Amino acid sequence: MGHELRVRIKTLVMILVMVLCANVGDLMLKRGMSQIGAVQLSRAGLELAFRLTVTNGTIWIGILFLIGFTVSYMTVMSWADYSYVMPAGAFGYALLTLLAVIFLHESVSPRRWIGVVLICIGVLLVSQTKPRTTEAAQQVAA
Amino acid sequence: MIRSVLIFLLFILTSTGGEIAITYGMKETGEPQRLRPRQLLIFLGRAVRNSWFWVGIPQLALSFYLLLLLLSWEPISLVIPASALNPYVFGTLAAKYILGEQISPRRWAGVTLVCAGVALVALS
Repeated sequence: MGHELRVRIKTLVMILVMVLCANVGDLMLKRGMSQIGAVQLSRAGLELAFRLTVTNGTIWIGILFLIGFTVSYMTVMSWADYSYVMPAGAFGYALLTLLAVIFLHESVSPRRWIGVVLICIGVLLVSQTKPRTTEAAQQVAA
Repeated sequence: MIRSVLIFLLFILTSTGGEIAITYGMKETGEPQRLRPRQLLIFLGRAVRNSWFWVGIPQLALSFYLLLLLLSWEPISLVIPASALNPYVFGTLAAKYILGEQISPRRWAGVTLVCAGVALVALS
């Protein structure tokens, strides 16, 4: 396998991990917070919310996934262009729409479908460009 | 109105500035030799000792609070699409002019389509 192809595959896999972690993390946080219920904006209410949050398993799963997102984001940025990773990561919007249709049976407006199609074509175009266009810094031995 | 515009400009500045600083810091850190847990830990250890990383983090934290502030003033249907477009519009320009990334015509075309698509998705 050529070096460039390997970098491209490594980058795309990392972006996939990044997007999955971000979406699952957000979903878990949302689910955890809805288990806790609306937070009262008083001292006692905030203390209660804090206690419920740090003892909620779903929230912790969400936090773990968001840590996974941060680590994969930092890692992929160590070799790939910002202007490659950000647009390529936009397929998360398409993924969320598909998940909402398949699992939550949400109805999706035509406008949103058009948006998803545009994102997919855009991501396809960006992913064909070179993942890295700046000079590689010398690799530090691990 | 002017207050919201100023805060929005500050939001763009801090969120783009934060991400560009972290990207620069990670490039300085250098990629892990292999994507194994041990190498990743060593990489993270080096990354958090990079000063550009710590230039970026407070900016991202500030941009998060500015976004919350904007959400409390302006309709969500305006704030969310505008903030969602930020990394593609300003981020791409900053990557070109600050980080020196080369944006080929194909990449510009892709970024433009992604922008249009994200705007449509965020508005619906």
